[in-house]
Amino acid sequence: MMTRNIARNESSDSRQSELTELYQDHLAHKRKQSRHVLSVQLGLLLFLLTFWELAGRLKWIDVLLFSYPSKIFNHIVQEIISGELWGHLGVTVGETVVGFLLGTLLGTGLAILIWWSPFLSKVLDPYMVVFNSMPKVALGPLFIVVFGAGFTAIVVTTLSVIVIITTLVVYNSFSEVDSNLVKVVRTFGGSRSQIFRKVIFPATFPAIISTLKVNVGLAWVGVIVGEFLVAQMGLGYLIIYGFQVFNFTLVMSSLFIIAVVATVMYQLVLYMERKLLSHK
Amino acid sequence: MVPVVELNDVAHVYITDREASLAVDHLQLTVSAGEFVSLVGPSGCGKTTILSIIAGLLTPSHGEVLVNGHKLSGPTPEVGYMLQQDYLFPWRTILNNALLGLELTGRITPESIAITSGLLEEMGLQGKENIYPQQLSGGMRQRVALVRTLATDPSLLLLDEPFSALDYQTKLQLEDLISRTLRERNKTAVLVTHDLSEAIAMSDRIILLGSNPGRIRRTFDVPRNIREVLPFHARDQEGFQDLFHEIWSAMELRSDQE
Repeated sequence: MMTRNIARNESSDSRQSELTELYQDHLAHKRKQSRHVLSVQLGLLLFLLTFWELAGRLKWIDVLLFSYPSKIFNHIVQEIISGELWGHLGVTVGETVVGFLLGTLLGTGLAILIWWSPFLSKVLDPYMVVFNSMPKVALGPLFIVVFGAGFTAIVVTTLSVIVIITTLVVYNSFSEVDSNLVKVVRTFGGSRSQIFRKVIFPATFPAIISTLKVNVGLAWVGVIVGEFLVAQMGLGYLIIYGFQVFNFTLVMSSLFIIAVVATVMYQLVLYMERKLLSHK
Repeated sequence: MVPVVELNDVAHVYITDREASLAVDHLQLTVSAGEFVSLVGPSGCGKTTILSIIAGLLTPSHGEVLVNGHKLSGPTPEVGYMLQQDYLFPWRTILNNALLGLELTGRITPESIAITSGLLEEMGLQGKENIYPQQLSGGMRQRVALVRTLATDPSLLLLDEPFSALDYQTKLQLEDLISRTLRERNKTAVLVTHDLSEAIAMSDRIILLGSNPGRIRRTFDVPRNIREVLPFHARDQEGFQDLFHEIWSAMELRSDQE
């Protein structure tokens, strides 16, 4: 009996080390693969930049229209040194963050309101459908007339892009919550506000967080379009200004900065999502 | 003694855009304290409607419902409801799921929390308080649901096919556990089930319902020797098969006529 137990333990130990080895191999393989992907990604980027640079310098393309990387890089460095960039960047990021947060909040709030009152939901339905189908950018001039050419009009343009779609997505996720979870609360005599706080909201929290990801992108659309229309400051303004004076180095460097800042914001939201939903 | 449940000439009509249909009619039912009653019958006989009415989730179109002698006007902490599946909230820990009822009725105190974790321990869930439902098996989850129902200390338990989603072995274990727990605490229970042998093994009385509209057809009393043992052994008792066949043929007869 004793010896058999020992024998079994030994064999299970060797099995265990075999498993660990397999697992390590798997990890090593994965690391190798992701290194490979990264090196091809970087190679591709380097190739494109070099080609662009060469094409510009050797005049294969019209430099006035397409500029080239080192020119754009120098331009950005100059803007940073002269401090000119920060003002524009600050205005645009400010508008985006305000529009994004306010839009998500208002959209979620409206979704809660129409969940609360099915009557209101029925009343508002056709208005929401029409407003949602409408190209919101077309309302830009109207916003400028009402709110003045500036910060408010740009934020309102952003809100018009974000709010309704947020409401629709969040309300839809409210109605998809398993009705049996609601029934559990009802059997304990739970009120409508308890149903919302204990079931609907926690159940749809992940869906609400994931609308944030979409909204970051939409907020940028709203802000840049808003700046195209009215602004005296901001990255959208720089793009339009650069276009009007035919300074495409300015246009390209603004685009580059937008790409970087928008990516950073998106990553921040992803990070927040992971933090908030960590127990899943 | 005041009966725990009393239905007086209860009827319920479901109204939709297409029609108004009579779900149950002329229901007359009394359940006394400590009794275990099962409702069996073909689908569409309004079993779940009857439970929803006793739970206060539905207001009957006609007739009155008394629970412990008081006219029912909505869900009350005196009635606990166990659903077909556990429906635990995936974002809450096991203990927080079990405490849901106390939380909703504003009765969270250090004592009630201690009692609830005691209940979890009794159901073999010690050490699971702080994990999430998705880490537990189906049987364990349904036991958490039982604790959630018992935590508010209702005098009456409504069991809506609570074993139907479980595998056979787990189902037999849970039948015994629930039967023992309810007996120890002298709870009254109404069970809805499709499984005739489960109904006989667990109950004191079985009510056979007919459909279209749902109404009471016949009542069967379970013999003492079957009632006195736990459900698992009840199936081996003398008279179990006879009662099974009696109810079975009564059911067949009805469905042939309908």
